Amino acid sequence: MTTPASTAIHGMAGNGDVAVRTTQLRKTFGSIVAVEGLDLEIHRGEVFGLLGPNGSGKTTTIRMLCGLLEPTGGNATVVGVDVARDPEGVRQRIGYMSQRYGLYDDLTVAENMRFYASMYGLRGVRRQTRVEALLDDLGLRPRRSQLAGTLSGGWKQRLALACATSHQPDMLFLDEPTAGVDPASRRLFWQWIYRLARGGTTVLVTTHYMDEAERCERLGFLTRGHLVALGTVEEISRAFGQPSIEDVFIELQRRDEGHVATSGWEIDGQPAEQP
Amino acid sequence: MLERLRGSPLWPMLWKELVQMRRDRFTLGMLIGIPAIQLLLFGFAIRMEVRHLPAVVLDESRSAESRALTQAMQNTGNFDIVGHVADREELRRAIERGDARAALVIPPDFETDLKRRRPARAQVIIDAADPLASQAAISAAALASAARNAALSAGASRQAGRLDVRVRPWYNPALESAIYIVPGVIGLILTLTLSSITSMSIVREREGGTLEQLIVTPITRVGLMLGKILPFALVGYVQVTVILLLGRFVFDVPLRGSLMLLYVVTAPFIMASLALGLFISTAVRTQVQGLQLSFLVILPSVLLSGFMFPREAMPVAAQWVGGAIPLTYYLRILRGILLKGTAFDAIWRDVLSLCVFAVILIALSATRFRKSLD
Repeated sequence: MTTPASTAIHGMAGNGDVAVRTTQLRKTFGSIVAVEGLDLEIHRGEVFGLLGPNGSGKTTTIRMLCGLLEPTGGNATVVGVDVARDPEGVRQRIGYMSQRYGLYDDLTVAENMRFYASMYGLRGVRRQTRVEALLDDLGLRPRRSQLAGTLSGGWKQRLALACATSHQPDMLFLDEPTAGVDPASRRLFWQWIYRLARGGTTVLVTTHYMDEAERCERLGFLTRGHLVALGTVEEISRAFGQPSIEDVFIELQRRDEGHVATSGWEIDGQPAEQP
Repeated sequence: MLERLRGSPLWPMLWKELVQMRRDRFTLGMLIGIPAIQLLLFGFAIRMEVRHLPAVVLDESRSAESRALTQAMQNTGNFDIVGHVADREELRRAIERGDARAALVIPPDFETDLKRRRPARAQVIIDAADPLASQAAISAAALASAARNAALSAGASRQAGRLDVRVRPWYNPALESAIYIVPGVIGLILTLTLSSITSMSIVREREGGTLEQLIVTPITRVGLMLGKILPFALVGYVQVTVILLLGRFVFDVPLRGSLMLLYVVTAPFIMASLALGLFISTAVRTQVQGLQLSFLVILPSVLLSGFMFPREAMPVAAQWVGGAIPLTYYLRILRGILLKGTAFDAIWRDVLSLCVFAVILIALSATRFRKSLD
């Protein structure tokens, strides 16, 4: 029992400004490698974007950091706690908003908020104050008695954010939070993200919208489970000799497809069959 | 400690499940309506069998007395005399074909014996392949002979000849001695509905995308499992009450033991049934798979628990399988309390078995649950 605790304290003391650190993080599903050799450091209070095409390992990475999936290898600390050793210790301090929002369609807006706040141990007056504040902050008050299942995409997104942050977590994970949401709602959403970050919350967000990627302070590019680029928007664009982050994305995807073709040929390994 | 209990995520889980249950009026209605409908269907089907059992008569006496006995049998309402047969061979064929489920055999010297004040013998043959039907036939035969005896002794002196109707249950001589089926239906319906509700519940959270959201909260695995189960325990008790009331007032199921005891010992059975469904739901990915796996449980529940066939008559292997089904133990408890007025000291082993089932299944579900996300 003493070992994980002391490790955690040591981790905190040594890296006070690091919210997430992974070393050689790896996840396989059977013979499929989802994430491989991931080394990542996210600073406290940072808005960090994880980019990559579909199936590149973004969601798997987030799920490992939240303790939803057990890493196959390597290790990860979140807010100074080792996720594999003490997943419960991490949970109280993180918020997670999944692609599917995780709302109960047959509960109202206020009921969803109250439920998730209670799950994190908020009770009585504290819970009530928090729910009321979030209703105002996110403009959800007019919808408070509406069933979540009848909300449109933008409202669901707001509600999901309210639920994920009801316990004021140190670290917030957002997995493609703005998929299927109109531009006005997305802009509003990002304002809240920045407000949370200014308040000291670290945010890790995955996306494949380029305008969103450009809003992040730092970015990591994942392709086929590998981290292929890391840095600010300018740093990455310069490193790849591309004018914009979108061009980098397309360039990476082009290389990636080349890689698929090459490796496919290598795996077949039968040049004799070539005419 | 108290503070920790108060802040436990179990309470919001319970609250949420109850709110959802209240919103889903249709399902809630089904949960209470289906057991009632099933019991009525089962119950009346059984009743139809017991009444109007087709019977043939082999009357070798051809006398006023033999006709009076035949009429007395008919009057019980349990038999419909569908025809007369000429000999034993014809009688055998009628029962084998299923044209008749019972036969009344009156020997040639029936009336003579009565007149000479010797015991007059008649025989009732029963197709006992269906123990319930045969049970009704036996009691009806006894009733008919008693009625005739009363009529005879009223008109004659005390030494009047006694009527002796012997019953021969065919095909299943080791006949069970009480009406077991209705208490059985109570247990069967409970286990089927309760395990199917929970087998859907985790899968529903998974399909709705809320499961991963729940997992990132600080709730423990056991807390999550209990939160899913406990609200439905309430539903289980409503079901028990509905079925018991129907059983009592529609089917005259006796309650010879303590109602209080019945309610208390029903708790571990409800928990075990719910936990069984929960276990199924952790093992499957879709609701269809859950349904398929449920059948694997339903069939042995019907066949091996003693619901239809006495366990004593089963091969040892079947008895072992039956021993792994919660319903087996609950049936003994139900029949004991309802029919025999059994007290706790006679059923505590079965109650303990049910508790063990519940604990093991919840623990297994909690263990399996974490792995299933990977």
